[in-house]
Amino acid sequence: MENLLNAVVLAANYLVIPATTYGCQIALGALGVTLIFSVLRFSNFAHGEMMSFGTMITIFTVWGLQAAGISIQPLSTALLALPVSIAATIAVTLLTDRWVYRFYRVRRVEPIIMVIVSAGLMFFFSGLTRFVIGPEDRNFDDGVRFIISAREFKERTGLAEGMSFRTTQAATIIVAVACVALLFWFLERTRTGKTMRAYADNEDLALLSGIDPEKVVMLAWTIAASLAAIAGTLYGMDKSYKPFVYQELLMPIFAAAIAGGFGNPLGAIAGGFLVAFSEVALTYPYKRLVSYLVPPSWQPDGLLQFLATDYKYAISFFILIIVLFTRPTGLLGKRSA
Amino acid sequence: MKLLHSRIFLFAVMALLLIATGLVQSWSVVTTILNLCLISAIMSLGVNIQWGYAGLVNFGVMGFCAVGGMAVVLVAEPPVGAAWSAGGRGIAISAFIVAVAIAACLVVARKLKLRTRLKQLVLAAIIMIAIFLLKQVFGPATEAIEAVDPSLSGYLGGLGLPILASWIVAPVLAAGVAWLVGKAALGLRTDYLAIATFGISEILVTLVRNEDWLTRGVKNVVGLPRPAPYEIDLQQAIWFQHLAAGLGQPVDGFSTIFVKLCFAALFIPVLALLMWLSESALNSPWGRMMRAVRDNEVAANAMGKDIKKIHLTVFVLGAAVIGLGGAMLVTLDGQFTPSSYQPQRFTFLIWIMMIIGGSGNNWGAVLGGFLIWFCWVEAEPAGVWLLDLLTRGLGEQSELRHHLLANASQMRLVVMGVVLLVVLRFMPRGLIPEKRGQSFSD
Amino acid sequence: MAFLSGQDMTGGYTGTDILRGCTVEVEKGEISVVVGPNGAGKSTAMKAVFGMLVLRRGKVILDGEDITGLPPQLRVARGMSLVPQTHNVFASMTVEENLEMGGVTRAQGVAETIGEVFELFPVLAEKRRQPAGELSGGQRQQVAVGRALMTKPSVLILDEPTAGVSPIVVHELFDKVIEIAHRGVAILMVEQNAQQALAIADTGYVLVQGENRFTGSGRALLADDEVRMSFLGG
Repeated sequence: MENLLNAVVLAANYLVIPATTYGCQIALGALGVTLIFSVLRFSNFAHGEMMSFGTMITIFTVWGLQAAGISIQPLSTALLALPVSIAATIAVTLLTDRWVYRFYRVRRVEPIIMVIVSAGLMFFFSGLTRFVIGPEDRNFDDGVRFIISAREFKERTGLAEGMSFRTTQAATIIVAVACVALLFWFLERTRTGKTMRAYADNEDLALLSGIDPEKVVMLAWTIAASLAAIAGTLYGMDKSYKPFVYQELLMPIFAAAIAGGFGNPLGAIAGGFLVAFSEVALTYPYKRLVSYLVPPSWQPDGLLQFLATDYKYAISFFILIIVLFTRPTGLLGKRSA
Repeated sequence: MKLLHSRIFLFAVMALLLIATGLVQSWSVVTTILNLCLISAIMSLGVNIQWGYAGLVNFGVMGFCAVGGMAVVLVAEPPVGAAWSAGGRGIAISAFIVAVAIAACLVVARKLKLRTRLKQLVLAAIIMIAIFLLKQVFGPATEAIEAVDPSLSGYLGGLGLPILASWIVAPVLAAGVAWLVGKAALGLRTDYLAIATFGISEILVTLVRNEDWLTRGVKNVVGLPRPAPYEIDLQQAIWFQHLAAGLGQPVDGFSTIFVKLCFAALFIPVLALLMWLSESALNSPWGRMMRAVRDNEVAANAMGKDIKKIHLTVFVLGAAVIGLGGAMLVTLDGQFTPSSYQPQRFTFLIWIMMIIGGSGNNWGAVLGGFLIWFCWVEAEPAGVWLLDLLTRGLGEQSELRHHLLANASQMRLVVMGVVLLVVLRFMPRGLIPEKRGQSFSD
Repeated sequence: MAFLSGQDMTGGYTGTDILRGCTVEVEKGEISVVVGPNGAGKSTAMKAVFGMLVLRRGKVILDGEDITGLPPQLRVARGMSLVPQTHNVFASMTVEENLEMGGVTRAQGVAETIGEVFELFPVLAEKRRQPAGELSGGQRQQVAVGRALMTKPSVLILDEPTAGVSPIVVHELFDKVIEIAHRGVAILMVEQNAQQALAIADTGYVLVQGENRFTGSGRALLADDEVRMSFLGG
């Protein structure tokens, strides 16, 4: 019995909690990508860099707040800085739209041209963030580290395995749930949100109904930028901020968006969790978990790890490929993207 | 405007830029830049074949460069006998298992008439069995290989052939990988293809970085044999000392330039040959058909052209050229460093070269390779110089000044990004536009 | 001068003229029907009237005012409404949301107008929470017309509203069109079901190769032997 409990705790600690947190971060990123895809109809390669940019602004604001002695202990100052980061990311995104995308948008160029343009912006912003804040790893979480620490958990329960629940993990989950709830309320319940869905559904008919395309596009960028700033900050707070890593987040985010059926917000969330859980589950060494569940004589000798951690990005890629070939419209999607 | 688009004028300007650099900086710098310009031109040609001819978006250039680079190691390094005897059999058995598994999957997928669900189950079972068997054989074999003198080898080594042989093997290997990728991804919508190739290149680089038994991974392979003479030998050769004296150059400095010129002498014929092939191909009926397919896929389809096959051919050809470029780069460097493969440098920079030069035009792609590489290299000292000038007022102790100067090299990403966006907008067809038909933004 | 009139409209896409001096007109409370063989430019004429096609010659006049240069969105604001032939509903949105989107330009009174549309098409009231994409062809056309009515237009342009709809439903739909006209809306309609459509038309236009071949009251055209022989299948 105790072995079983230990196994459950172990699984929660190393699989469920990290994957849920990571899933939230990926889902928020994928929501932004999917929103831009459904309104502007292209895959935005610059989204990872927007996340990076937003996180950078958060870090600067945190530094500023810390210098001014303002904090919201036990919570991370980053949460207080988030509105500034969101505002800055929105401003920059709207400027890129005004100066870069709009030119191509009004000419209704093929989506692939927009993709190339977004890759150019990705190049630009990757340089900008690395120039401004530097390419180094930065840890900016200054909140209380644990809600429950592994040691505390062990002492209280008397189990051999500990379960820790970090503040940043809780913050990630709460913020993500709040964002998603707000987004869906906006899309489903408000008139402006509905015009966005209408535009995504049928652009020509939206025009005939008098929906202002510029307004919808601005709104889509605004939401995508907010989501990017939030997702980036949450990820950086939970792990650490390194510009290079944000570039690598693009693959799991695209995989999540495509698995969910590009343009389908609910799907993007499901896709985020699919990617996160697959990544964590396939790179986790199950040796210890199995040792709790089988008799001692059956103890495995190997690590029981399906794939080395280095290959975790390959997992999102394979999810992407499998979905593209078996269900090109996504796991939930009916409408072709 | 006509002058601006004339390729003789533009290449002359490029030559002048290089000469000016020689006068201002040094000839050693120029020869270094020149060699990389030549390699960049070849990579840019490869991307141009895919996007410019056929409109295929390959955001996985980096992956094919890495495969080409790996080919150099596999061809030119001497085989490590101890590693082969330690794990060679295991690797061979693993390869056999993989081959059998793939064959079995193909047979099940193509030949057997089963219900879809059942078929999927059988396929999954085959893969699971193969993975289980591989775990038994492959892991121990690679561990054994990697344990063989890890500080010096720890990998299987190569075939011990002359390094130039890799310039044939690399394109073939890259083409093989491209064929697999193309088979899988070319049916997709254009932006899915961009995402898929982007992902594949990340995976290829991860493989190269982590499969130590094959490539030594991040331990790098250094000291690859060189197809050009070594400086030290030159400096001791009587004829060379005479030559240097005759030109009024110091022997030491001239030997490094001479070596780089030897590389250039190897690269130029390759570029010339590729250029000749590309131009002939583009102006042949095949090339015209290619562009027709690119400009109007629906019409070409209606004409009964097998678009998928045509696309696969172009994709493979372009990847082969990129792979060759990757191999030449590793040959020039004399070392294979998997961690140096970054998408910015190896995928998007090459794209910028091709677009700025003029997509669809081979001369444009080559010019773009030269010009952008030149700017990429010179942007760094220029950025440092500019920032130094701008922040001088802050004083030597300024933290901001130190920070900016330390990160000045990142500025070139910003500059190149801006250049790309400006060209895309105001000169979408590039410096040397495609001769006729529509191109980029129409 | 008619309430809405497209006069001598000439133009097309990429060089070739599809419309060649075509004229269509409609009065408030009346129904004008445009019929003709495939490729005659009927749908193009509707697009031209709605400003979705740049005219090389001719003009469009609404209520005595020249609106030739006005973009479609501004024509919506002037009380014109168009139901396209295909893709005329927001398939992923519910019936009610479709109607709401139709009235998006209006500051208030949307709820009442939705009520009026439900009165006109009772079936939609039942299916108000269903996605429009899941409805039958006829119901979907009702949603499309309902959406167009949400701006309370003075002119309603219908591009083949009965395409792909069963004969009984066609009849029902035409009844509704008459009802809408009786409320004072000018209706300009392109139709494949020429016989049935001309039967309800105050004015009919037979278009051939972008030109007016016959014009007259619906009844007169139906009675005309030549029209019957060549366009109505005897």
